[in-house]
Formats: sequence, structure tokens, C-alpha cells
Amino acid sequence: MTPTPSSTASSPSATGVFDDVVRSESSLRRFLHGLPGVDQVGCEARAAGLATRSIKTTSKAYAIDLAIRMVDLTTLEGQDTHGKVRALASKAMRPDPADPTCPATAAVCVYPDMVATAKQTLGESGVHVAAVATAFPSGRAAMDIKLADTRDAVEAGADEIDMVIDRGAFLSGRYLDVYEEIAQVKEACGDAHLKVIFETGELQTYDNVRRASWLAMMAGGHFIKTSTGKVQPAATLPVTLIMLEAVRDFREQTGQMVGVKPAGGIKTTKDAIKYLVMVNEICGDDWLDPDWFRFGASTLLNDLLMQRTKMTTGRYSGPDYFTLD
Amino acid sequence: MSRIDVRKTYKLYIGGAFPRSESGRSYVVNDAKGRLLANAAQASRKDARDAVVAARAAFGGWSGRTAYNRAQVVYRIAEVLEGRREQFEAEIRAAEGVTPARARASVDAAIDRLVWYAGWADKITQVVGNANPVAGPFFNLSTPEPSGVIAVVAPRGSLLGLVSVVAPLIVTGNTVVVIAREDNPLTAITLGEVMATSDLPGGVVNVLTGSQAEIAPWLASHMDVNGIDLTGVEDDELATELEVAAADNLKRVRRPAPDTDWLVEPGLDRMTQFLETKTVWHPIGV
Amino acid sequence: MAFEYAPAPESRAIVDIKPSYGLFINGEFVDGTGTSFKTVNPANEEVLAEVAEASDADVDEAVKAARRAYTRVWSRMSGAERAKYLYRIARIIQERGRELAVLESIDNGKPIKESRDVDVPIVAAHFFYYAGWADKLQYSGYGSTPLGVAGQVIPWNFPLLMLAWKIAPALACGNTVVLKPAETTPLTALLFAEICQQADLPPGVVNIVTGAGDTGRAIVSHPDVDKVAFTGSTEVGKAIARTVAGTDKKVTLELGGKAANIVFDDAPIDQAVEGIVDGIFFNQGHVCCAGSRLLVQESVADEVLERLKRRMSTLRMGDPLDKNTDVGAINSGEQLMRIRELSQVGDAEGAERWEVACDLPTKGFWFPPTIFTGVSQAHRIAREEIFGPVLSVLTFRTPSEAIEKANNTPFGLSAGVWTDKGSRILSMANRLRAGVVWANTFNKFDPTSPFGGYKESGYGREGGRHGLEGYLKGADS
Repeated sequence: MTPTPSSTASSPSATGVFDDVVRSESSLRRFLHGLPGVDQVGCEARAAGLATRSIKTTSKAYAIDLAIRMVDLTTLEGQDTHGKVRALASKAMRPDPADPTCPATAAVCVYPDMVATAKQTLGESGVHVAAVATAFPSGRAAMDIKLADTRDAVEAGADEIDMVIDRGAFLSGRYLDVYEEIAQVKEACGDAHLKVIFETGELQTYDNVRRASWLAMMAGGHFIKTSTGKVQPAATLPVTLIMLEAVRDFREQTGQMVGVKPAGGIKTTKDAIKYLVMVNEICGDDWLDPDWFRFGASTLLNDLLMQRTKMTTGRYSGPDYFTLD
Repeated sequence: MSRIDVRKTYKLYIGGAFPRSESGRSYVVNDAKGRLLANAAQASRKDARDAVVAARAAFGGWSGRTAYNRAQVVYRIAEVLEGRREQFEAEIRAAEGVTPARARASVDAAIDRLVWYAGWADKITQVVGNANPVAGPFFNLSTPEPSGVIAVVAPRGSLLGLVSVVAPLIVTGNTVVVIAREDNPLTAITLGEVMATSDLPGGVVNVLTGSQAEIAPWLASHMDVNGIDLTGVEDDELATELEVAAADNLKRVRRPAPDTDWLVEPGLDRMTQFLETKTVWHPIGV
Repeated sequence: MAFEYAPAPESRAIVDIKPSYGLFINGEFVDGTGTSFKTVNPANEEVLAEVAEASDADVDEAVKAARRAYTRVWSRMSGAERAKYLYRIARIIQERGRELAVLESIDNGKPIKESRDVDVPIVAAHFFYYAGWADKLQYSGYGSTPLGVAGQVIPWNFPLLMLAWKIAPALACGNTVVLKPAETTPLTALLFAEICQQADLPPGVVNIVTGAGDTGRAIVSHPDVDKVAFTGSTEVGKAIARTVAGTDKKVTLELGGKAANIVFDDAPIDQAVEGIVDGIFFNQGHVCCAGSRLLVQESVADEVLERLKRRMSTLRMGDPLDKNTDVGAINSGEQLMRIRELSQVGDAEGAERWEVACDLPTKGFWFPPTIFTGVSQAHRIAREEIFGPVLSVLTFRTPSEAIEKANNTPFGLSAGVWTDKGSRILSMANRLRAGVVWANTFNKFDPTSPFGGYKESGYGREGGRHGLEGYLKGADS
């Protein structure tokens, strides 16, 4: 199945459930600081426990194809060229040219100036174009510039916008600023879906990750995303665990689903499967879908393809048999 | 015409008060030469029960005090005892028939023993506790805590022996019910008077006089007593019977040692025998 | 399509179970003079092996061997040399770790995930830890004089781990050992005997006699045993305390528990739910320190229960050798009966039962993870140790009420506290009458950390420096 923007992914902020919460800086802080705390050791132990699941044979084959469908195939380098983006887009549509049963990835993820190029190649393939906007990766720009950045990307054909939050504002406790920024960017997105990047490596604590998750969900983000890939640590299992718990609890409270995207540092099939196990056991089946879970990754795809080939041919493959871009 | 003595009535020491035995019984206590010294209360099983209730009631408050405060109270017992040493020397001489020098040495040693144990109150935790370096991100600390209510069968040595078994228990926060020597109980009650005037809360130490063989089994089988110190039990059969009874609620048992030389400096084991080790874990994270 | 996990069985080819086993006395496997019994795989009731039941005479032989080894070899050997034997054993346990884990899961029914990731690594760590003490006893605070022959009787819930808790400190302190594993789980102890042979441990230093209650009694009451160490039920612990009365035997007892796991409204809730699950479903609840009484603050009770039930629904129950199994088999038919019986009492007393909906295998001994709500202190399921995957849920409103309820039991082995408020943790930890208090965590074990109970949960400590005390004569000797 090729992912399409889901009609069920309506705007969470429209519900008005949190109107009282976001009425003032102090009410918002009270709410966020009233969320249950996270014990670091317990959270990491839980993530490590899930990572010991052993996924074999048919379940592994299922997981590999699912993971491929969830990849936001990403290139976010200063040295990106139109040629590279075209190659990446082709690969996203047909990751394994030798095997037509291999599914396409969910999206390609590029800088705004590459959106048109990507869109041109992808056409109506169903593979989305995601653009990192809002002065990615630092988020350090004036608001109007961030909004212009977003509108440009959308106008160029981006289906999804990956924005970064203002970590400076978040860490100094100006939660309402962050909330409003997300809400404004969302408005600028129009029909495009909004992913909100926290840069969890800069937020430092799981308590902050939980607060940021709720903040972004209340502000209307369709997805919450761990990292830009430019800061270490990027995505980790425990950070993703906290975010999965947040979207699970958010649905419990509002009935609305929000997606989760770990990005950066997920390089192997083994890693990807650990994430899928976590999605399965924390959130359940509903999130095991490219509409609700994505991997922000580049090299991961080739490893998935190699493992996929191993599953179908019964022998180990090598990097020479897969394209590098 | 010579003045008529005002004789002292020796009663029990329970919950900070000095009641007679609820049974109304008393028995004759003679001096070393067989002459009447006094009548002592002959405690019954119900007195033992009341003493346990008093000790249990006192346990929370006493064990909850700071170690520094318990040290001060035990030291205060030594101070008050020092001030009344002539009385104790006279009682010991009368009861045990020893020379004045022996009696004095015994009182000296008892006072010094109290001072020695008083100092342990805020050190025993440091000596027998541990920070444990577990292989993981956890704070892990083991500390000693008192076992609770301890029954004690006092040994010979009406003052020094008694002090040597009671002081290590109370300084660590336990509360005690002690059965004084049947044939030589009076000093124990006088010591109770010292304790009652030394800031020691009522019920921390309770003293029963009477028959060891009659009272001890009730304490040994009492389900609200956490430990029993059989130091003063001289009858092997009774000792075994008491240890068997103590198993009903798994009391901590210290086996008999009636021939202990009380003048030797004791080690830690009279304290540690009735201490539990509590280990607390907590994750270390941000 | 749902993400089903295909079976991921650990290979059992690594273990070689013999059709029958004798007793390990004086360094050799010998035929006993008694009868024999069968040990079965609780997950499918397959008979695994025939095992000798040691008679009084066999126990006597074992004690004699231990005495000889004590007098002639072990007590004369320097601590440094004893240490090397223990290090050797620790290393072999690591090398044969997978084999030990698989065998443990087969004989006990516990998930391979647990025997592989918890039991066996801690077993090796325990031997490493006490190996290092053997030549440092003079710094322990308990002197360095061993007691002599230690008679040790261990339970079936952590067969190899309890063996390690018993044998490692005993040997480090210079004692020799006669150990009886539980009758339903003798196999890893017998494999350990083989490891002693591989380590060239002098004959008689470790003797393993298999059998049931009678064999245990013979060990405990043997006049030439200087030390008795027992882990098991409070009932048997009391019987042992009576048996040794009037002797010079030193005793340590690790007995039952009915631990309160206290969850405050400000707890880190997702970790608390994990802690509740670990507390009662780890090892099928066959854990003396299991958090079998959940005390949850009334204001968050509904939310915690809802999360708990959701979490329990993801527990995977089944083949202990499947690497994805979270909850394995109940160790024996007898234990299953007891769990069923007490659960029925819970029903009869009016508590509300909720259990995970799952298909139980048709063969073997199984009981689904279960919680009872609406439980009060007076209920038997709130007072008696069920020793199975059954949680009793009670509520409280204030910290004092939580403490009162938690301490209102003859047991005092462990307790849990969940709150984000530091000063409250310390206050609760002070007031709980239990030997181990886990704050914002549960069921953690480490060789350096003393373990043992207050009140009827026994006396003495195992693990850490404190664990040496039970095997030495003391600083004044």
C-alpha cells in the first residue's frame, strides 16, 4: 500500500480540549509540569527489555517491508545537488529495482530548495515530499522567515513539513512561545502535514521530551519527531518510548492520533525492528502504519534491502548490489 | 531511742511506672546470709503481657529518635547512676555479700559500660552499615535498624550484668522487657528508678521480677516480641524450650551465656544481634 | 495485519540431560542408598530425568565428606587459594552460561529471557564477588574464622541463583558445603557439581544431595553440621528454628513475604506500572520478595489499574524456551493447585478477579497473570503468600495509611515505593519494616547488596559484606 495523507489525521488542536491549558504561560506551564515524571533508569530498562525481542522468519519479513514503507529517505547536506535528490527520489519509488514486490518508501525528506526537484521525479507515485523548514536545523531565525520558509516549501509541492522547535525558548520555560510558533507554522502548512522536531539531544531529560510531546500535540502537530540528525544523540529507543507513550496517552484523552518519527542514527534492520516492536507493544497495531510511524533515515534503507534479499534468497547480500543514493 | 527505718517497697517497672504484680503476689528476697532483705513483686504472665504492650508502645518513638538523642539519654543514665553509687554499692554488698571494693568495682564498671554504649548510638550505623556498589545505575545503602521489642533474661551480676545486656539493646533503639535475676532482683528495680529519672521514656525498659521459669516461656512465645536474649538462662532444658517457643514467630535468639565475664569489654555483637539490616535501592538518573 | 512474533525458540541441543542422576558426594557422582524421584519439565510435563533421593545414610556420607574436606583441605588453604577456585567456578559459569540458562528454564519453567539475562549472570557475578572476599576476610568486620560444615537447603524458584547465594559466601569464608536443591529443580545444581569437577575443586568441599523434605531434615538435624542456611517457606523455616534449638548451629533463614508496592499519585507512572509488572509477574510471581500487594493512592487508582491492565495484555505467556516469552510455566502441579485455591478464596471473599485473556497450553502447569481488585487487608489474598502471578490491589489515601497497611503483616522481606518526591521516599523507606526497600524500582538484585527479611521473613542477610556474617564466627572469636 502506498501511503496517502489520511483523512483521519484531522487537526488535533481543533478540538478545543486544551483551550484552558494554553490560555496563559502559567496555565501551560502548570499543565506540562503536572505531567507524570519519567524515571530515567526505569524508562531505559523498559526500552532495553523491548529490544531483546527476537523477531524471526515471517514476522521479520513483515517487519522489513513495513520498515521500508515507513522510511523518510533523507538527504540534508549542504552538498546536496539536484542530481542527488533525483536519484534519491527514484530510489524511494523503487528501492530494489530488481524486485518489483519491494514496497516504496513513505517519503523523501529534503531541504526546501530541493522540494520542486523531488516532486518532479516523484510525480503521482504516492511517495511524499517532506521538507525541513523553519531555519532547520537550529531554528534560529526570525518568525517571519520561518513562516516564509514553510510557505515556500509548501508552494513548491511539499506534502509534509518537518519543523524544528525553538529549543532556547523551550529550555528557558517560554512554552507558550513554542506553542504559538508551532501553531503558526501549522497554519502556514495549509494542507501539508506538520512534523515537529524536538531535537531531543538538546532537551536532555525525558521529562522535557514528554513535555515537548504534549506541547506539540496540543499545538496541532501531526507528527512528533526526535531529531534533526545534526545533533548527537539523535533518535534513541528510550526517547522514542517516551514519545510513543505520549501519543498513546494523547489519543486516550482526545481520541486523536499523532504520529511519531525517530530520526538520525537508525542504521540497521535490527535497530528498525526494535523500534517496530516498541510501537507494537506501547501503542499497538494502529500505529504500525506509515501514516503514524516513520523512520528518518538514509543508510537504513540499504540495510533493510539487504536483509530483505537475504530473507527471499536465503543468502547474505552485499552493499555492491544496492545503490548508494 | 533509735529511728525506725522507712523500708523500700520493690515493685515492677512497666511503662515508666512502678506497679505491683497484677496477681497480687510477692516473694521473699534474702541477702547473701539468708536474712530477709525485702519482698519483691512476683510477676505473672499478665504482667509480662503488659510489659510487652508498654515496650511495643514505646518502640516507635524511641527508635525514631535521633541517635544523638538516644546517646544523650543513655549517658544520662550513667550520670544519674554515678550520683547514686553509694546506694548501689550498699545494695550489691547486701545482696551478693561481696567486699566493698568488689561492689565499687562493679558499680564503676556498670557506669563505664553505660558511657561506652552511649557513645555507640551514633556510630554503630557507620560501622555496620554499607554503601553497596551495585552493578547498575542505583543508589544502594544498607543501614541497621532495631529489631523491635526484645525480651531479656538477665544474667548474674545484679547491676553490671544487667546493664551489660540492656544498654546495647536500648542504645540501638530497641525496647526491652527484662526478667531480673530471681534470687537477686532488687538492684534491677533500683536501676529502674534511675532510668525513670534519666529522661528514658516510659516503656523503653521494663523490668519484671519473679520466676524466670514461669515468665520467660510467655515472653518466648509472645508473637509481638521480636527477639529474645537468653544470656542469663542457666538451665539447658529451659533454654531449649525457650528457643523452640521463640521459633513461633522467628524471634531473633541470643543463646545462653551465663558465665560471661562482664568486666571484659564487649564487642559489637550484643548490639548487632538485635539489629536488622535494611537495604534501600533508588535509581540514579536525571 | 498485526505484528505477530513468530516462535523464536532457544535451542535445547546445548544441554545434555542424562536419564538418571546420582548424588554428588566427595567429588564424585555416586548411587544413593535411597529411592529416586522424577523431575519434570513443568511446561509440558515431560519427565526429564530420574534423580536419587538421598537417605539419612547418604546425607551422613556427604557430611562426613564435607567434614574431611574442611579439616584436611579447605580450612587450611589460604584465602588467596580458595579465591582462585571461586574465580574458576565463576568463569566456567560464564562459559557455560547458555547451557545453564536453557537447563534452568527446562527444569523450572521460567522464561529463557530471565534465566539468560538475570539468573545466570547474577550467579556468575555472585561467585566473582565472594571470590574476592576469600583473602580479605580480616577486613570484613566479622573475623576470618569459618564455622565448619554448612548444610544448605534451597528452593525451586531460583534454583541456580539460590545455590550461588549459598555456596559462594560459604566457600569464600572457608566452610565446606552439603547442599540440597529443591526436588522439582535439581538439574542445574547437578550441572554445577560437574562444574566443580571441571574446576578441580577439592573433593568434599561441595556436596550436592538431591531429595525432598526428609533429606532436608536429615541435613538440618545432622549433629556435625555447624551452620544451616535455608531459603524457602516460613513454615519450614520455623521448623528448622525449632530443630536447631539448644544446639550451637548458626542459622540464616530467607523466608516468605507479602510485599507492599506503594504507588503515590506523583509517581513516574509508566515506570511504576513496569515496576508493578516486574514486581509480581517476574518469574511467574515465584519470588519471595514479590510485590504481591499493590497499594495505590486512591486518586490515581483507576488510572494505574487501567494502565496496568493494558500493560499486562502485552505480556507473552508460553514456551519458556521461546526468547519472547515473558511469563513461563508454574513450577509444579502442586504449586498450581495452591495458586488456584488461594485465587478461589479471593473470589469467595468478594474480591474482583481480572486476568489476561490468553490461550493456556494444554499440557504443563499454567496460570495467567491475574489481579484482584477490591481487596481489603482482611482478605486472605492480602495476607498469605500466593507465590504465583496474582496481584492483590488495595488503595490508600495518606502516607500514614500506606505505612500502616504495608507493615500490617507478619512478614517483612521487601517493599516498594513510587513517588517523585525525594523526602517522601526517605520517610517511607525509614518507616517500612522490611529488609529491602525498592524506591522507584523493584526486584533488583546484586551480589554486593544484602538481602533478607525482618520479622517472619527470616534472619540473616545474603549478599554483600553482610552476607559473610552467617559463615564466620565473628570478630571476637
